[in-house]
Amino acid sequence: MNSAVKELGELVGREYKEGFVTDIEADTLPPGLDESVIRFLSGKKSEPDFVLQWRLDAFRRWQAMEPPDWAHVKHAPIDFQAISYYSAPKRDEDRPKSLDEVDPKLLETYNKLGIPLEEQKALAGVAVDAVFDSVSVATTFKDKLAEAGVIFCPLSEAMANHPELVREYLGSVVPQSDNFYAALNSAVFTEGSFVYVPKGVRCPMELSTYFRINALNTGQFERTLIIADEGSYVSYLEGCTAPMRDENQLHAAVVELVAFKDAKIKYSTVQNWYPGDEEGRGGIYNFVTKRGACRGDNAKISWTQVETGSAITWKYPSVLLEGNHSTGEFYSVALTNNCQQADTGTKMVHIGEHTSSTIISKGISAGRGQNAYRGLVKVLKGAKQARNYSQCDSLLMGDRCGAHTFPYVEVKNPTATIEHEATTSKIGEDQLFYCRQRGLSEEDAVSMIVNGFCKEVFRELPMEFAVEAQKLLGISLEGAVG
Amino acid sequence: MSAMEGHAAPYVEAQQGQAGELPAAGIAALDRSRAKALEALGERGLPSQRDEDWKYTSIKPITRSRFSPAAPGTDCPEDFVAAAAIENLDAWQLVFADGFYLPPRSKTNGLPEGVRVAGLADALTQNPQPIADRLGSAMGEIPHGFAAMNSAFVGDGALVEIAPGVQLEKPIELLFVSGCSGEGFLSLPRNLVILGEGSQASVIERHLSFSQERSLSNSLTEIILEKAAALDFCCVQDQAERTFHVGGLFARLAQSAKLKATTVTVGRAWVRNDARVNLDAERALVSLDGAYLAFGRSHVDNHTHISHNAPECTSRECYKGVLGDRGHAVFHGRIVVQPGAQQTDSEQSNQNLLLSANAEIDTKPQLEIYADDVKCAHGATVGQLDEAALFYLVSRGVDRETARRMLTQAFAAEVLEGVEPPALQTYLASRVSGQLSSAAAQVSAP
Repeated sequence: MNSAVKELGELVGREYKEGFVTDIEADTLPPGLDESVIRFLSGKKSEPDFVLQWRLDAFRRWQAMEPPDWAHVKHAPIDFQAISYYSAPKRDEDRPKSLDEVDPKLLETYNKLGIPLEEQKALAGVAVDAVFDSVSVATTFKDKLAEAGVIFCPLSEAMANHPELVREYLGSVVPQSDNFYAALNSAVFTEGSFVYVPKGVRCPMELSTYFRINALNTGQFERTLIIADEGSYVSYLEGCTAPMRDENQLHAAVVELVAFKDAKIKYSTVQNWYPGDEEGRGGIYNFVTKRGACRGDNAKISWTQVETGSAITWKYPSVLLEGNHSTGEFYSVALTNNCQQADTGTKMVHIGEHTSSTIISKGISAGRGQNAYRGLVKVLKGAKQARNYSQCDSLLMGDRCGAHTFPYVEVKNPTATIEHEATTSKIGEDQLFYCRQRGLSEEDAVSMIVNGFCKEVFRELPMEFAVEAQKLLGISLEGAVG
Repeated sequence: MSAMEGHAAPYVEAQQGQAGELPAAGIAALDRSRAKALEALGERGLPSQRDEDWKYTSIKPITRSRFSPAAPGTDCPEDFVAAAAIENLDAWQLVFADGFYLPPRSKTNGLPEGVRVAGLADALTQNPQPIADRLGSAMGEIPHGFAAMNSAFVGDGALVEIAPGVQLEKPIELLFVSGCSGEGFLSLPRNLVILGEGSQASVIERHLSFSQERSLSNSLTEIILEKAAALDFCCVQDQAERTFHVGGLFARLAQSAKLKATTVTVGRAWVRNDARVNLDAERALVSLDGAYLAFGRSHVDNHTHISHNAPECTSRECYKGVLGDRGHAVFHGRIVVQPGAQQTDSEQSNQNLLLSANAEIDTKPQLEIYADDVKCAHGATVGQLDEAALFYLVSRGVDRETARRMLTQAFAAEVLEGVEPPALQTYLASRVSGQLSSAAAQVSAP
């Protein structure tokens, strides 16, 4: 046990591998938020007037709202006037036309992360809409997608080129006043991705975007909107890393998904933002609103997430099951180490008939981490024959961490079948002993057991991500157990 | 000032009006705790749906009109008590009318040495200090406005005190009849059950309505189990449609103490229960179970909270509900494993059977764990009768209605089977089946 504690200390003591700041001159707005900031943001992107009005409306609603305090996390109050709401790489007008023109330092950043754009282009066949701070710097594979009729571009571009789509769907799943952080995002969102997959089209490749928070003191407020028209299919990958720094950074993104009849959307996230140091200093506050709506019959939305980073995670990817026979899925691995806090889970709202949802949540707590699953399964009166299965397992490593489960089940239809199961345990001494006896090192044994624990979730991830996720989990946990 | 504080105001006023006449008024410890509770009631008011713990339970039906505290001297006719007796149950019995102890209706002769069973008000008048010291100790922090109200008025109720090493052979039944004073009265019984080291007892707390008149019963029971004491506790709530019942069960367990508490809610009342168990020392064990039927327009809310404060404790929790008509049930089970409570073994389950299109269930099982060497599991299900099981019975010649009733009863039986003594179990089973058959006519096939 002693050696375990020691090793835990070593592993926990490991420095954040992705911690570096790329030195690019940023065109940054002074901290503060009022209507003029919003007008500036909107003007900077040359947005249509309806977007500006929509932002201002959101801002006015936000001013009347209070930050939520129900989550099982603790942090100092956030001063929203101390945050700068815009930061973009300079020379906006002469943006790089191809990868060769991209700032070599930027490419270097990606290389350090092990995600070189050019290699990915060739090897992985993944189109990357890279968000470097707030402005998209490179978009690849556009032609191939255009051929299939898929629109995949920065949200600001979509506002200019496809205003009718943006106007129809922006805020249609997550309304401006949905919650405090969603309202803030609606007012000040700076960048994000837009995807539209037309009727009957199977998107020819996995769509991917890498976010990276860069300039000091800038909160990042992306907004992603994905629309899958009838009978289409799209798989979207989101992955994040951030440089090391001392000040807490706020990240309040909004993701909206719309799936029509027979459409399927698969949304995968690997999140590895800076979690803060051992004492919990620094680290990202990740307050995200993610929601999908199954608008037609047989639609399906599947969320998969691997959350290993951030000082505080506050995230509930949800599905509104409106169409009959529609399906919602949520697969999650959340890991908290050191002083990390996570309050994450999902909401499944059964509205249509014969709707079904599956929730698999795996929480791992180590060090002084606090990990909470919070979920809602709601069956409305008209949702005949709704079916839900939820499973929330927690693994505890160390006696100072915490694992919590807060599931809510609300059923108003007698034909619903709802099951919720949760277990909490630590890695068994006997399991470890068995592995050690077979010649595995303690670390390998722990890693094997943890990976086994998370397997149900990992197998839902696209291949490229599954590898990255296992690696991440390994890095975050190495030696953290005994 | 919020609207809810407004709802509490008449009760604050009523308490101020009679504070000087409450039993043992003038005893400093008691005056202080009453004043503190009154302040809590005034400040926090009665709970609203904005409180997370009252999210699914609206107290509007209660606040629609005000209730006046019933006055001492209220009686409950002898034939009512006789008719209410549980068949074949051999027990000592204390009867309370609107929360006030009725010695002439009670049967307490033949109690063995070392057992003290009395009205709380009498005990307070005779020797207030030791009781005043222990009142509120099992509850700890006041959880909500109703508990504050009960504590501010604390006066009569039952006191059960078992000396160390005494083992009771017969159960003690506390029978509470509300609505004896007429329409619009409030009863506030406060019970204190203390089991000395190594003692053993069985206590039944039963609530009935005297009539169909509107009444509010705000009852609070505190249980203190010393080292290795064992208590079998059963709370039966069988009240009429226009009765509102807010029940509190607060227990504190010392080392190796055992508590088996079962709450059975039948009847048509509006019910809210708060059960809170603190496992304070090693190897304490609690088994907290419940069965509830929500038919007609009844509302049954069970909030439970088990706190593992020491290592090697065990908790088992199983709540089962059957809902029909426009019944609405709420279950909220919270299990907290405090830092250092290693080797905790905890299991919780909540299962619900929905029999009608207009019934609603909201369930919220929660685990909060701050220790690593623990074994905790919880589960919740909502579903219907198994079609295959129904088919099996029908194929054996049982008619569909009977088959449904058999299966429903079997569903609730898991909780009832653990209830002791057998006479009480038989009584509960017949109450459950009675209610199921009367509801059966309205149950629609899926």
